[in-house]
Amino acid sequence: MASAHSIPSIEERFEFTSGAKRNLIIGGAIGAALVVVGIYLAAQPGGHHEAEAAQGAVNAITGHAATASHEAAGHAVEEHHVSWLTRIWANLWVNAVYFTGISVIGMFFISYNYLAQAGWSAVFKRVPEAMPAFLPITGVIMLLVFIFGGHDLFHWTHAEVYEVGGPEYDEVLAGKHGYLNTPFFVGRMIFYFVAWYFMWRKIRQFSLEEDQIGGTELYDKSIRLGTAFLVIFGVTSSTSAWDFVMSIDPHWFSTMFGWYTLASWHVAGLAVITLAVVMLRERGYLKAVNSSHLRDLGKFVFAWSIFWAYVWFCQFLLIYYANQPEEIIYFIERFRGHGSIFKAPFFITLCLNFFLPFLVLMTRDSKFTHSILKVACWGVIIGHYMDFYTNIMPGSAGDTAGFGPLEWGFFLVFICGFVWSMATQLEKANLIPKHHPMLEESLHHDIA
Amino acid sequence: MAELSGKYLVGVYDDDDTVLHAVPRLRKAGVKIQEVYSPFPIHGMDDALGHPRTRIGIAAFMFGVVGCCVALTLMIWTMGIDWPMIVGGKDSISLPNYIPITFELTVLFTAFGMVTTFFISNGLSPAAHNHERFDVRATDNKFIMAINVGRNSMSEDEISRALRDSGAEEVNIKQF
Repeated sequence: MASAHSIPSIEERFEFTSGAKRNLIIGGAIGAALVVVGIYLAAQPGGHHEAEAAQGAVNAITGHAATASHEAAGHAVEEHHVSWLTRIWANLWVNAVYFTGISVIGMFFISYNYLAQAGWSAVFKRVPEAMPAFLPITGVIMLLVFIFGGHDLFHWTHAEVYEVGGPEYDEVLAGKHGYLNTPFFVGRMIFYFVAWYFMWRKIRQFSLEEDQIGGTELYDKSIRLGTAFLVIFGVTSSTSAWDFVMSIDPHWFSTMFGWYTLASWHVAGLAVITLAVVMLRERGYLKAVNSSHLRDLGKFVFAWSIFWAYVWFCQFLLIYYANQPEEIIYFIERFRGHGSIFKAPFFITLCLNFFLPFLVLMTRDSKFTHSILKVACWGVIIGHYMDFYTNIMPGSAGDTAGFGPLEWGFFLVFICGFVWSMATQLEKANLIPKHHPMLEESLHHDIA
Repeated sequence: MAELSGKYLVGVYDDDDTVLHAVPRLRKAGVKIQEVYSPFPIHGMDDALGHPRTRIGIAAFMFGVVGCCVALTLMIWTMGIDWPMIVGGKDSISLPNYIPITFELTVLFTAFGMVTTFFISNGLSPAAHNHERFDVRATDNKFIMAINVGRNSMSEDEISRALRDSGAEEVNIKQF
């Protein structure tokens, strides 16, 4: 029935209103205030001793001599640091990794849509296209956190664990030293951000030029560039997941971790795209996006939350079933370690990222109902923050971690920053890529 | 599947676009169309015909819930209650171990249940040839529109004329 619909105008300029700017500044300020309150609360003496007792308990529970001794060793090194500082580094790291992922998924989304020569997504293509602009900010934050707080977060950065015969010598880490060493790590990190960001800049430039001159030449170029990006991202998504998240627990490894983190980033990115499209529609933009587009986006979020749950569970089940001490400690630490503070986030993650979208987005009509999409998307966005929180915090902040104003504050600041960066990008061009060769198909997208 | 009885007018169309545009035109003119048969699915045809939304999704969900419950009951009862067994050093009732099979049976029940429901509610089976009863070319290269004359207030001639006007290349009469 596509022919029966009248297609709204494709000339649309997004305006980043002063009201929206004010709201974002207020949101960021509230976030910053929460951070200050959080630091004040965390710096209060007394809160730390209870947590230390809990650390003793986790060592006793794991009962594995080698594991327990490295935990203790890692702890002894961190002892002389200010505890709340570690918590701040860890918080910055969680948010920066999470928002790096969401940003780069924007590029990932347009790239695979180019590679598949997909038509349906052309009409809202500017939304994912606006996301990677945040990459330099998270990149700089991560680099600074690594330089100044790397010792607090990454046990493998300590030189003494590689001293053969020394009291802190760690055979496992020495074996991984060829990959996990500071120069290579920093080099990789810079490579990821430079490659991701500049490939996005190029594809964005093609897209903006296409708005002016039209034709299919730039489209063909974008397909080639997008394909190259997918090849690079196929490798770097895994290696960055090992570097940014898995290396925080350097003795532990999972062969599924790259996939797992990619699934997490991807579904969170899709939720952001869907939420942005819905919010733009509510503000009177993107009228050309019809219920079929929304349903496909809803399906995307639905399908990828199931995929995430599938990978999450596969990783968990194998480790749970085999019950190897060096593997199972990862989950023991999250269940019983650190005074069990990570048990709640662990299960909240599962509920928000699987059960909520699964049940809420299951029916056909819910996938184009704005209010339901908003609930599901916010659930996924918060749920995957919790996902990275449970993956990163126990091995980095450990006992000093918590869930209070500090965590909410940082998350809020990052959200506001990300939305600001996205809105700035959206403002730069016509909201609908008017000369995209697939636009006509996209405007008539109809899945009946 | 509605019972086939009485007299039918059968319009034969050559093109899927023609039949898709004929449907709203005929309905506007007051013709009650029973069904359109086509060799392949036509986008937007169910909307055009005004058929009620399928409820097979609800059936699928129910079958899934049944499959999930059957799997869990089976495993909890056999492994945990009737003959408690310890496998891999886990408790005899350990839910994570049960999830793969629960998932499989949920999918199995949903798939079989849905296909069976679909076949029954559409009167499809290897022995049934409903789609061929009006015109066998509906399985080849023609698009067939079936109109029950008894259920229409318009006269046979009027319907026949409307069918031809809307692009039908043949109008046949079928009596069941």
